[in-house]
Amino acid sequence: MRRSLQFLLFTAASLTLFLMLPLHARHAQQHPVVEMAQVRNLHVTDLCLATEARYTRHPAMADRHAPFQEHPLALEHFPSGSLILPAIPLRETP
Amino acid sequence: MKRTVERHLNILEFTLASLLRRRAKNLSLVAIYLLVVFLLASLQFFVSALKREATLILHDAPDMVVQRLMAGRQDLVPAAYLTEISQISGVTAVRPRLWGYYYDQLNGANYTLMASEDPPVTSGHASIGSGVAKARNLAVGDLLPLIRYDNTPLMLEIGAVLPSSSDLVAVDMIIISPEDFRMLFNFPADQATDLAVTVRNPKELSTVAAKIASQFPDSRPILKSEIQRTYQSLFDWRGGMTLILLATSLISFIIFAWDKATGLSAEERKEIGILKSIGWETSDVLLLKFWEGVVVSLTAFLLGTVLAYGHVFFLSAPLFAQALKGWSVIYPRFQLVPVVNAYHLSILFFLTVVPYTTATVLPCWRAATIDPDAAMRY
Repeated sequence: MRRSLQFLLFTAASLTLFLMLPLHARHAQQHPVVEMAQVRNLHVTDLCLATEARYTRHPAMADRHAPFQEHPLALEHFPSGSLILPAIPLRETP
Repeated sequence: MKRTVERHLNILEFTLASLLRRRAKNLSLVAIYLLVVFLLASLQFFVSALKREATLILHDAPDMVVQRLMAGRQDLVPAAYLTEISQISGVTAVRPRLWGYYYDQLNGANYTLMASEDPPVTSGHASIGSGVAKARNLAVGDLLPLIRYDNTPLMLEIGAVLPSSSDLVAVDMIIISPEDFRMLFNFPADQATDLAVTVRNPKELSTVAAKIASQFPDSRPILKSEIQRTYQSLFDWRGGMTLILLATSLISFIIFAWDKATGLSAEERKEIGILKSIGWETSDVLLLKFWEGVVVSLTAFLLGTVLAYGHVFFLSAPLFAQALKGWSVIYPRFQLVPVVNAYHLSILFFLTVVPYTTATVLPCWRAATIDPDAAMRY
């Protein structure tokens, strides 16, 4: 078989896989595996993305200055603290 | 029509032969390109899926959480606050929440301890997240000893291990009864960690929050919309995690495309000169280079995107999980529900394939329009 046809066949196969992605995603969304019933009633306020510091475990509940709260010269020393930013105050409390 | 197809096939044949002549160089080119697409696509898939999970999970968050601040730190909320807040018009329910952290000296892990009344947990029992079960090697029926405030053990029998599908919420969680919670930390009976407030009309939330803040100046009401926006901004492209990865990928891609756009190698110029001298037209040379760009970029784009999908949704994004893990002893396995749509894929395509193909064709157009003799002597 010509090399060009081989390439076109390979590209067609990759393209088919690529076009299957949104279909697979839609299928997975309609049939979610995640069963949250046991934790739904806990009314959680945060996702568990990191567990090394309280302000990255519960960023929505943490204060703006939480990373520096331990003592005046305590600089950020948790790696996830540089990836998960503290909550931005969006509403002025009167 | 048949002739046009034949012409394209012939030029593609020549392109592939030409690329294979410089096999090592071109394979490394595809590998780097694939890596950049893989990283960008993984990031986009990861962030979109987390945004979706956040929206779904935080849908069940309380309408408002009221904290109390003292000397710049969160402090316990007295029962008197609960009574007065529940009398504010529009407030339908105020529920004291008891939660906190427990540092396990055995393995250095931090657990989130939460007292639950609904569903009720029997005193002396606990439901634990899959991460806690793994870290302490526990199963249903085992005993989990926690050290109380006075250094005496509190033995809890494991009633349930939460499924790993709930890791994104509860991997580090120990759910116990309010009595055990108070006993463990010597938590005052008439105080709570914070208050979960339910308001009848969502439009009145900010008014109720303003009333609470004016009635209790040391309180900090946090609305559900603020919690949701915290997560939306966390996964926004300006968020810490996204920005670092996006900037790294884009800068490497710009360097990569810039290298292609700034010129051709002497060998490539010579090849163009020879092709022109044996009768190839400028349009044929441009078509050759166009196909070269398509072969490299389309292969890298399609494979990079498919691999990124597998990385994020089948392998639980080990690359990003490592970055988020930091020094955590317990961390979730990101079993995310895939989120991909045509918009995401077309953004990825225009960010990667279009600039690269343009960057390949432009210098070739300059080389293809010069005299073949000059090109060969270059």
